[in-house]
Parts: sequence; structure tokens; C-alpha cells
Amino acid sequence: MRKNRNLIVLNIIVILGALVMVFPFLWAFITSISPGAGLSSTPQLIPDNPSLSAYVQLFDRLPFGKIVLNSLGLAVLTTGFQLITSSLAAYVFSRMPFRGRNVVFAVYLATMMLPMQVLVVPLFVEMKTLGLIDSYLGVLLPSIASAFGVFLLRQAMNSVPTELDQAATLDGAGHFRIFGLIVLPLVRPALATLTVFSFLNSWNSFLWPLIILRTPEMKTLPVALAGLQGQFTTQWDVVMAGSVISILPMLALYIFTQKYIIQGVAGTGLK
Amino acid sequence: MTTLQDSKSNPPRVLPRVSKAGASKKFSPRLRYSLIVALFLLPSALPLLCFTIIPMFSAFWVSLHQWNLVGSMKWVGLDNYAKLISDPMTQSAFLHTIYYIVGYLPLVYIGGLSIALALNSRIKARNLLRGLYFLPVVSSWIVVALVWRWLLNPSTGVVNWLLGLIGIAGPGWWTDPSWSMPAIILASAWKDIGFIMVILLAGLQAVPEELHEAATVDGAGWWRRLFNITLPMLSPSTFFVIVLSLINGFQVFDQVYAMTGGGPNNSSQVVVQQIYDLTFRYGKAGEASALSWLLFLFILVITLIQVRGQKKWVNYA
Repeated sequence: MRKNRNLIVLNIIVILGALVMVFPFLWAFITSISPGAGLSSTPQLIPDNPSLSAYVQLFDRLPFGKIVLNSLGLAVLTTGFQLITSSLAAYVFSRMPFRGRNVVFAVYLATMMLPMQVLVVPLFVEMKTLGLIDSYLGVLLPSIASAFGVFLLRQAMNSVPTELDQAATLDGAGHFRIFGLIVLPLVRPALATLTVFSFLNSWNSFLWPLIILRTPEMKTLPVALAGLQGQFTTQWDVVMAGSVISILPMLALYIFTQKYIIQGVAGTGLK
Repeated sequence: MTTLQDSKSNPPRVLPRVSKAGASKKFSPRLRYSLIVALFLLPSALPLLCFTIIPMFSAFWVSLHQWNLVGSMKWVGLDNYAKLISDPMTQSAFLHTIYYIVGYLPLVYIGGLSIALALNSRIKARNLLRGLYFLPVVSSWIVVALVWRWLLNPSTGVVNWLLGLIGIAGPGWWTDPSWSMPAIILASAWKDIGFIMVILLAGLQAVPEELHEAATVDGAGWWRRLFNITLPMLSPSTFFVIVLSLINGFQVFDQVYAMTGGGPNNSSQVVVQQIYDLTFRYGKAGEASALSWLLFLFILVITLIQVRGQKKWVNYA
């Protein structure tokens, strides 16, 4: 009986909690279709005359379409590069022993612990020397390799039995073939997890693009959104319209890849 | 596997590879092996070297100088560090950051644990609920900060309106120096609770059911089992959550930048916001780099202390 009562209490808490989780998103959407929101002090759950004028304003006053494309392009490129660089390195750490390999791997892991903030000043100077301030390449370069990705894929590759490689070696396959035809296809779930993580990280990254990008047309969504606040101080409908636009692609990706994301996060905790 | 079978039964497919091996005969097998290792490692090693490792050391070099990012560098030794340690702004930035962590960590841990416990029981629509709780985790900090700024708007926000309905005069949140930090903590806890929940849930699912059954037979109640079985079994996940939350907590920035910018009256000025301001507002790159290093060392020491102390309470079965 007691067990049941606890269960009911937990259920109620969890469902109320879920409402708290969803409400801010819902409210952002409602605000974005309520022109003049923020001027009245009694919020309306159902807008009197819903309209998309906030979205129109957003695209009129800002190169918003371009900004969405910037974010998308950078996220796709970052993800592509990270998949390639990480899987190649992970293969070496999993399959190709050499002297000092453990030390090299430890250095890779150590870079994961470094806060971005420590690197901000010298990286900025480096980019300035290379003439990459206010360029997409400047945003992209520091994130083409990911120690986290190497770690994740190495773990996955280690669980692929080496008997498969040995059989392939007997058949005359070299490392390129074992990598491409045996190991990679077998770690597809880990590749999927890394894809989603890289994409979301890039899509949501803020500090570095904020520092590098200057031209309004080149900014990424989070940077442009942060700037919106200043320009549309009281126009909450416009600010929320921008937020909704930046949530939508992420939401779509999330719905289809939830399994890989949650697996990835749960897996990091177990290590 | 099918490809291997193919190459066995289909000799011509093997031929190109053999000729390729023949072409690379000019390399000894050892050299060839090293070349492959290099070819596979360099695409990640070079960027990590250029954009993480070298900048890390040059940050230290910069921290020993007075420099405004454009002019020439002037050697000042450890002066920047000495200046920072006695600087009241830096001290208060560290205090605000600690305030943030002290408010944030119990909130996400107890919240995340309750949800994980509930979702680990026989609850309906478990996957859907788990998905909903995780939704803010994948959203960008900036969006979360903007949406919460709007929710917590002192005069027209929906939170104060709801509080008003039950007769509470809502505070000024991000416009009030004594409420700016709680506002940031609230938004951050909302965003991260799903992440903590997923990690704890994975830990919970590894707790053997027999332990609970045996304890129930012995007459242990729900709370007793929570404290004597679940929490000790969950200690590795708890340890991970605490280590990670502290590392991330000391680096808190995005939400502060977008919600308050460190204000009002510097009431929410955290360490990373201070680094940002020193570099890009005041042009004090030397001091900013020194502060980055102080923060890094601070995080490192705190993490090491936790790793050391884990033997006392973390229970690896």
C-alpha cells in the first residue's frame, strides 16, 4: 500500500515536472504569435489575434535567412570534420599499437578537460595573425578535431572483436580496408551519437563565434539572438520568434535521434 | 563479412590490392605501418596541437605580460596574478560563481534524482516523459536564457503573473541585484535537470532488483531502501555528476551573458564573464589570461580533491 502511495506521489511530481519542462517552449511560441506581447501585464495563454508579424519583422530587419544558413553550414562542416578526424584517430588508438601511444592518448584526453575560456585570448590572437577574424574558417578551425569524439569512438571500436580483423588480415586486407569495411560499419551507433553531439554543439556554440564573427550577415543563430535582445528591447514577440526559429531544427533532429543522444549521455556516466 | 567471402570466391577483386602492395614494396613494412599511423593521427593531432595545446601555453606566456591585444607586450612577471588575487572585482566574481554552484547543484541533483527514481518505477509513457525532460538539454543556452528572461520579466512576465494569482508579489528577478543570481540558477537548473536525470537513471538501472527485494523481505521501507541501497549503489553516478557539475559550474558564462551580462550592479558577474570583459571591453589581455589560468588551476585542484576523496564514499561494486 505504502509503495503504491509513493508511486502515485512520484507520478504526480513527474507529470507536473514535465509540464514545467515544456511550458517555457510553449510560452515562447505563444508569445511569438502574439503581436505586442510584453506591453500588457496580463499574459494571455490564447492570443486574441494571432499573427506571424513578428517573424516577418525578424526577416525584414535582419538577414535572418542568411544567419540560419550560417549556423547550418558550420554545424554540417564541423560534424563532417569531426567524424573523419575522430574515427581515424580512434582506429589507431584501438588497433595500431606503437611506442608512446598511451601518452599520446592521455594528451588527447587532457585537452578535453581544458576550458575554452583559457584558450580564448591566445586563440583570438592566433586567428588574428592568420587573418581569420570575421571569417567562417576562423570559427571552424578550432573545432575540426574533437578529443571527446576520439574517446567515444575508441570505446566503441574496442568492443569490436579483433578476430574479425585477423580474419581479414589473413585474406590480405590492410589497415585501410579493415578500417573502412569492417570497423567503421560496426561502430555505426557510436558514429550516430557523435554526429548528433557534434551537430548540436556547433549549432548551440556561443562564446567562440561571438568573439570571431563581426559582420551581421555572417553571425550564427545564437550570436544573432543574443544581439536581438539589445535591438528589440521590449519587442518580446520578435525575440521569441527568433528563439522559436532556432529551436525548430534542433527539435526535429532531437525527435529523430533521441535514442542516440540519451544513449550517449547515459554511456558517458557509466564510464 | 560478405565482402571477405566475395574476395575469396572472386580472385580478380583481390588483384588490385596485391598490385598496390607491390607498389608500396619500396617502403619497409615498418615504415609503411608508421606512415599509416601518422596519416590516421595527424588530421586530429594537428588541430589539437595548434588550437588547444599551443594556445594553452601561450595563454600562460601572455599572462606574464601587460598587453592590450594590439600594442607591444610588456613583461610584468607574476604581477597580473598578484593584482587579481587582491582585486575585489575578481574576488566577488569567484564568490558569485560559488554562489551559483551552491544554489545550482542541490537543485539539479535532488530534482534529477527524484525524476530518475520515478521514471525507473513502473510508470506509463516513460520514454515520452524522459524525452520531455531532456528537451532543454539540447537547446542552446542563448535561447534558454532569452526565454527565461521573458518568463521572469518583473512586470510582464508570466512567472510573476502566476505568483500574483496566489497573492505573492514576485521579485524583480534579473533587474534586482539580490535576485539576478537566483534567476540564473533557476534557468540553469531547468536546462540541466534532464541531463542529470539521464545519467542517474542509467546508474539506477544497473542496481540489481534482488537487493531491493531482499531488503523489502527484511522489512525495510521506501526511504530506508533509498538511503541504504539505492544511494550507495548510485554513488559512482553521483560522483560523476558532482565532478562534471563543478567543472561546468566554474565555467558558467553563456546564460549569464545573455540574461544579465553580469549585472545589475555586477551582482551576477561570474569569473568567465570577467575574463570576457577584461579582454574585449577593457583590453587587458594579460590580466584576462592570468585569470583564465587561475580559473583552470582552481578547477584542476577541486577536481583532484574530489578524485582523491572519492574512496571515502564512492562505492564501485
